[in-house]
Amino acid sequence: MTKDKRKQKIKLKELPVARQAYLKKIRRDKIKVAVLQAVILVAFLGLWQLLASTGIIDDFITSSPIRIIKMFSQLLSQDIFKHIGITLLECVIGFVVSGLLGFIIAVGLWASDTARRVLEPYIVTLNSLPKIALGPIIIVWMGAGMKAIVTMTVLICVIVTVISVLAGFLACDEGKILLMKSMGASKLQIFFKLVLPNSLPNLISVLKINVGLAWVGTIMGEYLVSSAGLGYLIIYGGQVFKLDLVMTSTVILCVLAALMYLAVALIEKKVASKR
Amino acid sequence: MEILKFENVCLTYQTPQGQTDAIKNLSFSVEEGEFVAIVGPSGCGKTTILSMISGLLAPTSGIIEVDRRAVTKPMSSVGYMLQKDNLFEWRTILKNVLLGPEIQKKISKDDIDYAKNLLSKYGLKDFENSYPRQLSGGMRQRVALIRTLAFHPKLLLLDEPFSALDFQTRLAVCDDVYAIIKEENKTALLVTHDISEAVAVADRIIVLSQRPAMVKSIFTPELDAPSPFKRRSLPEFSKWFDAVWKEVSYDEG
Repeated sequence: MTKDKRKQKIKLKELPVARQAYLKKIRRDKIKVAVLQAVILVAFLGLWQLLASTGIIDDFITSSPIRIIKMFSQLLSQDIFKHIGITLLECVIGFVVSGLLGFIIAVGLWASDTARRVLEPYIVTLNSLPKIALGPIIIVWMGAGMKAIVTMTVLICVIVTVISVLAGFLACDEGKILLMKSMGASKLQIFFKLVLPNSLPNLISVLKINVGLAWVGTIMGEYLVSSAGLGYLIIYGGQVFKLDLVMTSTVILCVLAALMYLAVALIEKKVASKR
Repeated sequence: MEILKFENVCLTYQTPQGQTDAIKNLSFSVEEGEFVAIVGPSGCGKTTILSMISGLLAPTSGIIEVDRRAVTKPMSSVGYMLQKDNLFEWRTILKNVLLGPEIQKKISKDDIDYAKNLLSKYGLKDFENSYPRQLSGGMRQRVALIRTLAFHPKLLLLDEPFSALDFQTRLAVCDDVYAIIKEENKTALLVTHDISEAVAVADRIIVLSQRPAMVKSIFTPELDAPSPFKRRSLPEFSKWFDAVWKEVSYDEG
């Protein structure tokens, strides 16, 4: 890291003055943004703690950063990793299954105009239906366990996946399709050589949306029915008025969601560098 | 030898609003090695004609033959070059050029050599492994032509291949494309609404009538110059231009 910086500095000095100034300005802007981001976080936590410590707000109800840290270290000696693991597993399975299922359905709908036209009203209706309404049905059918939670996650993600992936497929340039056809390409070739690579950026952005939705599905599923997991801890904490537990679980959830989003962003970078 | 033959070709479009006669009793032919241009008022079905030749659209009646074989589906003896270059952004230039052989599932060492040879012959050797976004509009159009040549078609169909370019590039690319087609001894059928372009490149100009399209008249501009650009500067150029222009606009007015 320091080596890189030194190298950059030597190079910087060799550059014309205007260029140097420009590069410096870019770096200053970057630092400014990062500092402001940190300031907001620290100020928020500081204010929260201050209000709680001085008794202006009741930290039995609002909790406080220190209480969250205490709760976290207490949880560390208990079975917090079991809860994290279960929620993470449910979320990842839901994410992967809904992604694959949605992709396959979208391919089918792309390939058949008839299927697309016939199924369109059903897809639109399912999309606008609040999936939580299916909660009781899912529990009865799947049993009160992990299966029900994953099913909830899949239901929430899959329709959106189908709609957005299909839109990406259909956005393919007509001229390019015509070109492929004039060369005698089959539908399969058109899909694999043109439509699929063409919609790769769209597929990645669908993944990004799905990361968020998968968490919604998992936590909602755990609210409905669960005996372990972060959603369970949050519901349980709320019921017994342990707001520290609720807040701590929420913070852990935030961190996990951010990490999963970062993973997808990393994949995106890799794909982009290959194109 | 006849490379392309149209005999009493008719095409009727069906839409919910009714049926339209797009093309009626169209007959013409193109000889091997010829450069033929089709001009006509907008909406007279010029692109439709190319779609039928490339086997993407079946005529309602009549016969279309390429190289003495009736057209029923896309054939490798016909290369279709469209208005936009339609290069695939995620493929290198060489991979783009090899798209045709790849689709026909017979990408051989000969194909690769031929493609590489064409690229280097026409000044694109250093760009074999570049991506389309790194090339200028004119270069991209040249790549599109080489992609069309890469599977050895006997007949090239050009659908306003220069109209997406700015005027200056257009003249230069037109010269390029013309030179490549002549050098490779290809037969070409160009469809355009630009009369000056047609007069500059074609051995023969077929003027179509308003819909339903029929052959209205045929011109054979005898302009003796080595390139389209030089043909434009000949004194007879404007005479031919006027003659064709009158035929086309007579219909529109």
